[in-house]
Amino acid sequence: MRVALFVTCLVDLFRPSVGFATVRLLERLGAEVVVPPEQTCCGQPAYNNGDFETARAIARQVIAAFDGFDHVVVPSGSCAGMLVRHYPELFRDEPETLARSQTLAARTRELSAFLAESGGDPVVDAPFSGKVAIHDSCSARRELGIHAAPRALLGKLAGVESVELKEAETCCGFGGTFCVKYPDISARMVTDKADAVIASGADVLVSGDLGCLMNIAGRLKRMDSTVRVYHLAELLAGMTDAPGIADPDKT
Amino acid sequence: MKPTSAAFSDNAHRALHDVTLQQALAKAGVGFVEKRRAAVSDLPEFAALREAGRAIKDHALAHLDHYLLRFEQQVQASGGEVHWAETPAEACAAVLDICTRAGATLVAKGKSMVGEEIAINDALETAGFEVVETDLGEYIIQIAHEPPSHIIAPAVHKTRKQIADLFESLHHQPGLTRPLETVPQIVDEARQILRDTFLAADVGITGANFLIAETGSTVIVTNEGNGDLSATLPRVHIVLASIEKVVPTLEDASVLLRLLARSATGQEITSYTTFFTGPRRADDPDGPEQFHVVLVDNGRSRMLGGAYHEMLRCIRCGACLNHCPVYSAVGGHAYGWVYPGPMGAVLTPLMVGLDEGRPLPNASTLCGRCEEVCPMSIPLPQLLREHRRQEFERRLAPPRSRWALATWAFFAQRPRLYRWASRLGSLLLNKSSGGRGRFRSLPFAEGWTAARDLPAPQGDTFMAQWQRRKPHD
Ligand code: SF4
Repeated sequence: MRVALFVTCLVDLFRPSVGFATVRLLERLGAEVVVPPEQTCCGQPAYNNGDFETARAIARQVIAAFDGFDHVVVPSGSCAGMLVRHYPELFRDEPETLARSQTLAARTRELSAFLAESGGDPVVDAPFSGKVAIHDSCSARRELGIHAAPRALLGKLAGVESVELKEAETCCGFGGTFCVKYPDISARMVTDKADAVIASGADVLVSGDLGCLMNIAGRLKRMDSTVRVYHLAELLAGMTDAPGIADPDKT
Repeated sequence: MKPTSAAFSDNAHRALHDVTLQQALAKAGVGFVEKRRAAVSDLPEFAALREAGRAIKDHALAHLDHYLLRFEQQVQASGGEVHWAETPAEACAAVLDICTRAGATLVAKGKSMVGEEIAINDALETAGFEVVETDLGEYIIQIAHEPPSHIIAPAVHKTRKQIADLFESLHHQPGLTRPLETVPQIVDEARQILRDTFLAADVGITGANFLIAETGSTVIVTNEGNGDLSATLPRVHIVLASIEKVVPTLEDASVLLRLLARSATGQEITSYTTFFTGPRRADDPDGPEQFHVVLVDNGRSRMLGGAYHEMLRCIRCGACLNHCPVYSAVGGHAYGWVYPGPMGAVLTPLMVGLDEGRPLPNASTLCGRCEEVCPMSIPLPQLLREHRRQEFERRLAPPRSRWALATWAFFAQRPRLYRWASRLGSLLLNKSSGGRGRFRSLPFAEGWTAARDLPAPQGDTFMAQWQRRKPHD
C-alpha cells in the first residue's frame, strides 16, 4: 500500500513532529509512505480570499503531485476538505480536470478517518495517562462528517480519559486569514473556546487540525493555562514527551 | 436606513465592548439553539421535510413568473389588488398612494423585513402619516429609534431592564406607572397601549411569510396575534412581500411552515398562522374593505439564475443568525443594515452594493454551521466565498492584503523556491523565539498576538527533515 502524505503548510512550517507522527502511524499499518516534493499548500488562502485562479493553479499542482497513489492522507480536516470538497467545485467547468480532481478526492482521507477505516491497529498503547479533550475542526466535522473516528482512536489508549467540550460545535475563531482580519471577533471566539477547554478539566487538548490548535494553544498560554496541546497524531503515536504546541523547549 | 456595513470592524469593536449588549446576546443565543435542537430531534422526518421544502422552493423559483402571475390573478379574483414594485422607491410610492387615497392618518404595522428593506416607516412618516409598530419587538425598537437587530426577534439586543426603563419613560398614562419586572407585565403594558392603535388605525400593513399562487392568499406567522389585528381591524390592509415568497399551493406552504417554526423558534407551529385572501366579503363578519399586495423586487429578479440564486430559497427563519459565532459575538447592528448574520452577509452586498457591504462576507470563518442548520440548505459559506471572488476581481480589498496574498501565491506555485523560503522563515522564527516556544508579540502579526501567543516553529521544516531522513527518496 503506497500512501502519499499531504503534509499541509502549517505542519511543514510550524510543527513537523505532526508529520513524523503521521508517518509513524501509517507505517504501523504497513504502508509505504511517500512525501511528494512538489507540494506546498492546498490553496485555501487563495480560495477563501476570492482568488480562484491561484487556487486553481495550486490545485492543479496538487492533483499532479498526488497522482497515482493508492491513498492520500492529510493530517488536517481543513486541507482534506479542500481537496475532497472544493477542488471538484473549482473545476466544475473543466471536465478533464474535474475528473482528475474527483479521482484525487475519492482517494484522499483526513488522518483519523483513514486510520479508523483502515481496519488495522495503528495505536500502540502509549505511556500517557490523563484527561484529554477533543476539539473537532469545523471542516472535519461539517465538510467531512468526522466525529466518531478520533474518539474511537483515543479510546484505544488505556490511559486516556476522554472529555467533551461544552459547545463543541462552535468554531474556535481561527478561520485562516479571518483571525488577523477580524482580530477582535476572533479573540472573543477563541477565548470562549479556551474557557471551555479549561472548564472541561482536561490535562491535554487534541485536535486533527493544527490551525485550530495553534489558535487555541496561543490563547491558553496567554491565559496562563497549564493545559498542554497536541495534534491527535502526536498523542496516538506516543510523542507527548516532546513539548506541546507553544510550550518552551525542554532544557 | 442608511447602511453602515462598511464600518463593520468599528461597529463590531463597539459591540464587543458593550456590556449590556453582551448580556442580552448571551441570554438569547443559547435559548434559540437549544430549542431548535430539541424541535429537530423530536421530528424524525426533519431531513425529509427539509428536502421537500427545498424542492418546493426550487420549483417555485424556476417558474417564478408563472406563479407570480397566477397569484396576481387569484388576488384580483378575490377582490384584491396587486402592485408591482421594482425598486424600494416604487414600493413606498405604491403604499403612500394607497394610504392617501384611503384618507388615512394612522397606520398600524405588523413586522415586515421587506418593510425595513424599503424603509417604509420613514417614507410614511415623511409624508405625514403616523405609524405604530404592533409587533412587540418592533414596537420596542420603534420607540427606542433603533433598527432591528434580528430578523425574527428585532429587539433581541435589549435586556428586559432596558425595555422596562424605556416603557416607564414613555408611557405616561394613568395606571401604567407600576414598575415592570416580568416579561408578562411588559407584554401586558404594550398590549394596552397598542389596543387603541388597532382600533383607530385606518390602514394596516403586514408582511408575508408566503404567498400562495393557487388561492391568492398571503400567509403570516406571529406569536402575538398582532398581525391579525393589524390586518383585520383597519379599513385597508396592505401586504408587503418580496417576489420570492410565492409558492404554488397551500400544501406547499404547510411544508414550509413546519420547517420555519422549528428552525426559527423551535416551535412545532407558530402560535398564530393566518391566511388572508382578499378583502371582506358581503357575508364576512369582519375584515378590511380593501386588500392590496405590494410585490417588491429590489434586485431579486437579477439574482435569479445567477451565482446567488440559491439565496432566494431563504424563508427568513433566523437559524443561521442564531448559530453564527460571529453574529452571537457582535449582534445584528454591527452588520450595519437590515439583514444581519450569514444571510445578511450574503444579501447586504447584493442590495446595497459590494463597496458598502464588502466587510460582511469577509467577517466569517466559513465554519459552515449556518449551512448545516439552514432549513433550505442554502450553501451560505459558498455564497460568501462568491462575494469574496467578486471583491478580488474588482480589487476592492486593501492593497496590503492583496499584496500579501500575491506574494504568498508566487511562492506557493514554485515548490523549490517555496521549500527554500519556508525553511528560512521557520529557522529564523525558531531562533528568534529563544526556546520559549512562542511569541507574545511579533511585528506584522499584531492581529494574532493581541489576544494570543503565536506558537513558534519547532525548527527546520518537515520537508527538509524528511529529505534528510530519506536521502534516496
Ligand atoms: S439563510 Fe437559511 S437559516 Fe438563514 S434565515 Fe434564510 S432560511 Fe433561515
